[in-house]
Amino acid sequence: MAAPLQRRSLWGEAMILILIGLFCVFPFYWMVTTSLKTQIVALESPPVWWFTPTLANYWEVLFVDKVGPALINSIIVAVCTTALAVGLGTPAAYALARFEFRGKTDLWFWFITNRFVSPVVLAFPVFLISRELGLRDTHLALILMYLTFTLPIVIWICTDQFRSIPRELDEAAMLEGASQWRIFRSICLPLAMPGVAVSSILSFIFSWNELLFAYILAPKAAKTAPAMAVTFMEGYDVPYGKIMATSTLIVVPVLIFALLASKHLVRGLTMGAVK
Amino acid sequence: MLTRVSRRTLFAFLGPAIAALAIVGIAPLLYAVWKSLHYFNLTKIAQSRFVGLDNYGAVLTDPVFWQAMGRTALLFAIAVPVQIALGLMIALVLHRPGLTFWKTLARLSLVLPMATTYAVVGLLAQVMLNQKYGVINQMLGWMGVDPINFIGDPTNAFIAVVMWDIWQWTPFVALVLLAGLSTVPPEIEEAAQLETKSNWTVLRHVQLPFLIPSLVAVLILRTADTLKLFDMPFTMTRGGPGSATEFIAVLIERVGNRQFDIGMAAAQSIIMLAITIVLARLYIRVFYREVR
Repeated sequence: MAAPLQRRSLWGEAMILILIGLFCVFPFYWMVTTSLKTQIVALESPPVWWFTPTLANYWEVLFVDKVGPALINSIIVAVCTTALAVGLGTPAAYALARFEFRGKTDLWFWFITNRFVSPVVLAFPVFLISRELGLRDTHLALILMYLTFTLPIVIWICTDQFRSIPRELDEAAMLEGASQWRIFRSICLPLAMPGVAVSSILSFIFSWNELLFAYILAPKAAKTAPAMAVTFMEGYDVPYGKIMATSTLIVVPVLIFALLASKHLVRGLTMGAVK
Repeated sequence: MLTRVSRRTLFAFLGPAIAALAIVGIAPLLYAVWKSLHYFNLTKIAQSRFVGLDNYGAVLTDPVFWQAMGRTALLFAIAVPVQIALGLMIALVLHRPGLTFWKTLARLSLVLPMATTYAVVGLLAQVMLNQKYGVINQMLGWMGVDPINFIGDPTNAFIAVVMWDIWQWTPFVALVLLAGLSTVPPEIEEAAQLETKSNWTVLRHVQLPFLIPSLVAVLILRTADTLKLFDMPFTMTRGGPGSATEFIAVLIERVGNRQFDIGMAAAQSIIMLAITIVLARLYIRVFYREVR
């Protein structure tokens, strides 16, 4: 009696799991298949599920519509801001984890508060300032502005990581006469590499996905891929296949990174409120 | 025992990060406050002048601003309870033992929506929700529903944004709640399951107390992110039709970037920031009480 009942509930559970998976994955399936359709196939009503796929959209967006250079801009910006955030953030995280000083709590609050500031608050003042300084439409302007969210993430995750390293190691090194900088560089930082890796992946994802700063600060030369995708919507004849090809090119790298860091993504999004 | 170090060492470690965040985070903010006290329109630079708190007065009495705030609050009020209800169901299914492989797959697929570029999520909505060519309307057709004009009709466009927000963030809520469920000590959970057959009783009296921190985290993070919400409605509807999906961040972008009234946009964003900071402080109070 118990066995069939249990089997049935297992089947039910499996069905629910499949539904969850479909719910999450179907839009991506639709995105990729649409990107392989010609405009004529894409504009069939009702939409078709079986068709002869073509890579023409990819060729066109990459080499004719300048999505290629936009992707390169995105890579430059995301990699540089991540490197800068790690370079600036890991020593700060080490100090927060290891040193005793006044105002530590306030400093820490301030770092975390950045998670809540909407980019739209900073975008216009930065637009005016970057115009004055001749930084408009440069990678540097975006790299610096992306520090507002990448630096807090690196600091948060690495502080946690440094705390988990046994203090006996530093104490032994200190007795040997090593400086704090040396302890940080040669002992703690190598041990904190998992945290550095996770926070780098998260910084990369968030920078890669950013639209508002990119849209306002980098209209032409430094235009990133998400801002490029938006411009396709501006004509009358909406090229579905090309939009979806661009979207696929934008989304695939972040999804790979997200899967690599899947255990930590939620931690990054909640700034550590959830482990 | 934490180490006490000289001021110089401390400064060498913390100085660069503090300086960087001050330059990119605080300096523009101060500049925004300064600009918010001016009439400053990029198309009418000659008329720029100091107007004191006039912009703030105008924003606080501007029905368009409060309608956008109200719309943002309405989105939150509809989407978040649905996300919590669905997310909790998903979390409870994933929390049960058995079918490990399938559960791992489901968990991995849950990671995808929240990592997806928000701008792309909006573009996807355009393609999938189109009245004539959209696959969602095709599916509704299989169930005998007539094609719906999701993007072109004000009410439907709002519903579409709500649906898309639910799609993108339900998995996030599910994973946060799943993490909360794993904090319930297994012995307590097993003992409760021996006592009663009702899953509901176990949820209500045993698991829920452990879920409270996760639920508060969800509520406050969703509040902050709904206030920030720009990319998805912008790429999906540009705030339209009319102003049906003009949420607060989209409104500020329009005033600053498409009407060039930077003084007004600055005042709007400072007011929004004040609201956000109150919420952020609340969040930090609740979660990081034992700050080390």
